[in-house]
Amino acid sequence: MTQKLKLPPQVKETELRELYKQMWLIRFFEEKVDEFFAKGMIHGTTHLSVGQEASAVGSIAVLEERDKITSTHRGHGHCIAKGATVNGMMAELFGRTTGYCKGKGGSMHIADVDKGNLGANGIVGGGFAIAAGAALTSQMKRAGYVVLCFFGDGASNEGSFHEAINLASIWKLPVVFICENNQYGMSGPVREMINIEDIAARAASYGIPGKVVDGNDVFDVMNGVNEAVERARNGEGPSIVEAKTYRSKGHSKSDAKKYRTREEEKEWLLRDPIKLMAEIMIEEGIFTQQDADEIKADAKKEIEESVEFAKNSPEPTLDALMEDIYA
Amino acid sequence: MRELTYLEAVREAMSQEMRENEDVFVLGEDIGVYGGAFGVTRGMIEEFGPERIRNTPISEAAISGTAVGAALTGMRPILELQFSDFMTIAMDNMVNQAAKIRYMYGGKGKVPMVLRTPAGSGTGAAAQHSQSLEAWMAHIPGLKVVQPSTAYDAKGLLKAAIDDDNPVIFYEHKLCYRTKSDVPEEAYSIPLGKADIKKQGEDVTIVATAFMVHKSLEAAEELEKEGIHVEVIDPRTLVPLDIETIVQSVKKTGRLVVVHEAVKRGGFGGEIASLIAESEAFDYLDAPIKRLGGKAVPIPYNPELEKAAVPAVADIVTAVKETLNRL
Repeated sequence: MTQKLKLPPQVKETELRELYKQMWLIRFFEEKVDEFFAKGMIHGTTHLSVGQEASAVGSIAVLEERDKITSTHRGHGHCIAKGATVNGMMAELFGRTTGYCKGKGGSMHIADVDKGNLGANGIVGGGFAIAAGAALTSQMKRAGYVVLCFFGDGASNEGSFHEAINLASIWKLPVVFICENNQYGMSGPVREMINIEDIAARAASYGIPGKVVDGNDVFDVMNGVNEAVERARNGEGPSIVEAKTYRSKGHSKSDAKKYRTREEEKEWLLRDPIKLMAEIMIEEGIFTQQDADEIKADAKKEIEESVEFAKNSPEPTLDALMEDIYA
Repeated sequence: MRELTYLEAVREAMSQEMRENEDVFVLGEDIGVYGGAFGVTRGMIEEFGPERIRNTPISEAAISGTAVGAALTGMRPILELQFSDFMTIAMDNMVNQAAKIRYMYGGKGKVPMVLRTPAGSGTGAAAQHSQSLEAWMAHIPGLKVVQPSTAYDAKGLLKAAIDDDNPVIFYEHKLCYRTKSDVPEEAYSIPLGKADIKKQGEDVTIVATAFMVHKSLEAAEELEKEGIHVEVIDPRTLVPLDIETIVQSVKKTGRLVVVHEAVKRGGFGGEIASLIAESEAFDYLDAPIKRLGGKAVPIPYNPELEKAAVPAVADIVTAVKETLNRL
């Protein structure tokens, strides 16, 4: 049994293996997507969250089934953590009818509204007010669910950040704003774009709690987000949780990463969130290295299978073009 | 039958829907005890309370997005945007979110919301509070656009808009607010996409929207004295557009004048004229189609300049005579 590791009460030790698997599913999914883009096998663009898996997995781990999320353009991790199938996601990136959006949304619009994933968003800062609105529904219908609104450091400079968080705070809406501070908005370093140390400090101007967590430590994320989720569920209103992390890959495909050094990248790699999670779990006696290897292999296999599923799925017919514009 | 003003008809439509359906609520700036900038929601907070008549901060980006998020999760919000000019600030949520969510998500999820907003000039409010920007919205697939001109139409179309499962932009011309017509007490629905022939005639078809319907009817009365019988058609909704009614009328009259207050350049009149030019009615035209619209100028403050910026009754009379070669 673990002595040091503190877990939120709803996260059972037995679930940690599953969470560890989610981390690898996200990693392998995105590495596969990266490979396919490089080979020209899938088109358009994509934004990878390699290196940020802990903030997605740790945040969503504390949610109940009925809770909801809004995601970002860098949203594959949130989708997988919220229970999306990698088959449906991979098929979407291949533009196939079996994809989450029948091949019409692509990487930036994966959603599963019935399961509480209100969608990734191609507009930076586009999720703030939508999350507030979903939280308003929860409040007005006494539905009891909480909404997690993921956003990046870049989005915190959008006007919608201010407007929506102010609104959520005066109405005490059950929403938690989770800043995944990955240090860069496309090429803009956070230190050049924001004149304060912590984005979470902005919470003070809305009279709500703001907390910084180690975004590469899935357990620290869990505990920090859990506090905010409890507060929201108890009707005490929103919070901001800032997970400090690092975007290992470029902003999107074709990014030469001229705006940062290889040394900086190496330094963050030492604290890779998946590596860190495995180390803690082995140290705590939750699983062995062999377990870790097996879980990793399982995840890899699942992603390989999702590729087969996607490749074997049908392309939409041209009739689909004009479908689903209106309800 | 009793008479109601347009403003009262809008209020009655909302109140009746709110009594029937718990999911319907109104949010907007100063709509509480103040009763809204034009008094449309006056008395509603007393009946429905502050939870369903939600007074919001001055945050058009937040309240529009909140409406989207609430609609996506099961509510049917009515957003009052104080002036339609402020659409610029709500634009992202209407254009990039509300209009596209269903399509992007492959036909899953719906956004049943109404954005009601006062539009148009004639109140001396000058350039930032007097525009007619409906063509912007009509350009966006996924939105519906409604522009009632009478109290009767406003009540029936607003019910249809609230009952619709799609985002609807509902333009209320400020000069229409005080106009009166017979309005049944019971709730009734006017289907979106059904034009109304406001006056029958054989000589010239006038298609007019919003307050220009009233000006066109006035012009028609003057023309009647000279033995010219115009047919005045109010499309009532731009999206969906009942082009068939216009085609039939033009086939009968052989002449078409399109009138709107919005700036002529890029205005919706161009769309109507083009559709007629492309239709079977083209062969029936005995004169070039005429378009009347606002001058390409910001709406000025001085009352005489303000009037000169948009089509007047005399302009409509002249345009009709020109198509008849009777000047």
